[in-house]
Amino acid sequence: MTEPRALPIAARAEDRPFDPAAELYELQREEGLPRVTVPSPILGDFEAVMITRYEDARSVLRDDRLRMGFVFDPEAPRTMLNQPGNLLNYNGDEHSRLRRMLTGAFSVKRVRALRPMIEEIVSARLDALSEAGPGADLVRVFSTPIPTMVICELLGVPYADRADFQHRAQVGLDVNTTREVQIRNLAEMDEYMAGLVADHRKQPGDNVLGGVVRDFGHELTDDELVGIGNMLLIAGHETTASMLSASTALLLQHPDQLAVVRDEPSKIDDAVEELLRYCAPATIMPRQAAAPMSVRGQRIEEGERVVVSILAANRDPDATEHDLDALDVSRQPRPHVTFGHGVHQCLGQQLARMELRVALPALFDRFPTLKPAVPWEEIDYRTTALVFGVRELPVTW
Amino acid sequence: MNVEVDQSRCVAAGHCLASVPEVFDQRDDDGVVVLLDETPPEQQHERVREAAVRCPSAAIAVRARDSSS
Ligand code: HEM
Ligand code: SF4
Repeated sequence: MTEPRALPIAARAEDRPFDPAAELYELQREEGLPRVTVPSPILGDFEAVMITRYEDARSVLRDDRLRMGFVFDPEAPRTMLNQPGNLLNYNGDEHSRLRRMLTGAFSVKRVRALRPMIEEIVSARLDALSEAGPGADLVRVFSTPIPTMVICELLGVPYADRADFQHRAQVGLDVNTTREVQIRNLAEMDEYMAGLVADHRKQPGDNVLGGVVRDFGHELTDDELVGIGNMLLIAGHETTASMLSASTALLLQHPDQLAVVRDEPSKIDDAVEELLRYCAPATIMPRQAAAPMSVRGQRIEEGERVVVSILAANRDPDATEHDLDALDVSRQPRPHVTFGHGVHQCLGQQLARMELRVALPALFDRFPTLKPAVPWEEIDYRTTALVFGVRELPVTW
Repeated sequence: MNVEVDQSRCVAAGHCLASVPEVFDQRDDDGVVVLLDETPPEQQHERVREAAVRCPSAAIAVRARDSSS
């Protein structure tokens, strides 16, 4: 057997941050199921089966022998990834029991009803951008606060607490901090969230967390409720912020497609779908085989780790006759796994779509002459982070 | 065409309702799929088939209707 190749976990092409690394395309063309060594700050280096084809991704993600890469361990220290209540730490019946408590709040209809709230938040951020003036960083003033504010609404975070809340959220995602800083930050988040949960226990708010407390509070421990609150923040904050920044950067480089997003409301749903497929902010999904299984007749052994590359699967040339490396917001939406697939498929996807559908046209409408304030070469994309994005996007108009 | 849904498998992602609101709905309390039309008209068939393929939990089954039934 050949030595597994090392592959950075995010694996994007060096000078084309939106494209998969050439190695991923090579793996995709191979008939065999490749094993790669994945360097991970959390798990150390590990070897994994790399899934890069669209149909393979769907097939493994629907297989209940494939388990989440991290399972809640009450003995280990609590971290972002290790806490009760986080759906991404559960499998099987335990997972569906918890998930069913949350799905009602994220249905298409319920999310539609949130639209006016999202419009208000977006409009306030556009005012803030205008006030900050040319040179402002779009990531800090626009893309990041929008999803954070939306989650604050879902959790019932009072206005006075929102700046601190956002700060902790940012620290939690910073991979350059030490383990100690992370543990301390999570303790602070837990403490804050525990206060919120206690308030909801006394008087459930008219929001998602309040609703869960009202309807299922008797079945859930405070610890689980805290974990649910943290999960909604962690899962919904950076991914959506990245989509807003990355989509803006991408569209500014494709003015004809930007015009479609800005001027053709009937096409916005399809355009957002194409942007989701193309940007793939959550780049990979980690799993582990709980029992031997097979993909296209090839075995994956019990205990083997499996990494599904969302980025590569969304560009699988075998999935269609279309050119998937081209961005085309006007096309019939091509299928993608940007929100995952199977029982863990993104709980907040309808909400994320709504945020994008409201925020992107509003931004280009309010600032029709928007452009980067620095040369494109200086824009720093987060190509190696677990969640892809743009570090800073100074804009002018 | 005959459409069936398996509510116990549904993960309430809402694709089906987003793409064919004439045929699928979601329960208010938990977002689980509700079938509105078991035998949708011809012009919806393609979208229904697409929804079945895209459903993340394979909860939608589509069968060609027996010409006799
Ligand atoms: C564009 C933005 C978003 C992207 C790209 C995204 C992506 C994903 C992906 C890929 C997964 C599956 C992970 C896996 O299977 O390993 C997931 C799960 C999840 N997402 Fe999102 N997400 C986004 C926005 C949101 C929002 C706004 C929320 C909620 C406020 C949210 C909440 C969740 C939750 C709770 C899960 C876990 C579901 C489960 O395990 O059953 N996401 N997301
Ligand atoms: S697409 Fe599938 S999982 Fe999603 S709501 Fe419809 S039936 Fe349920």
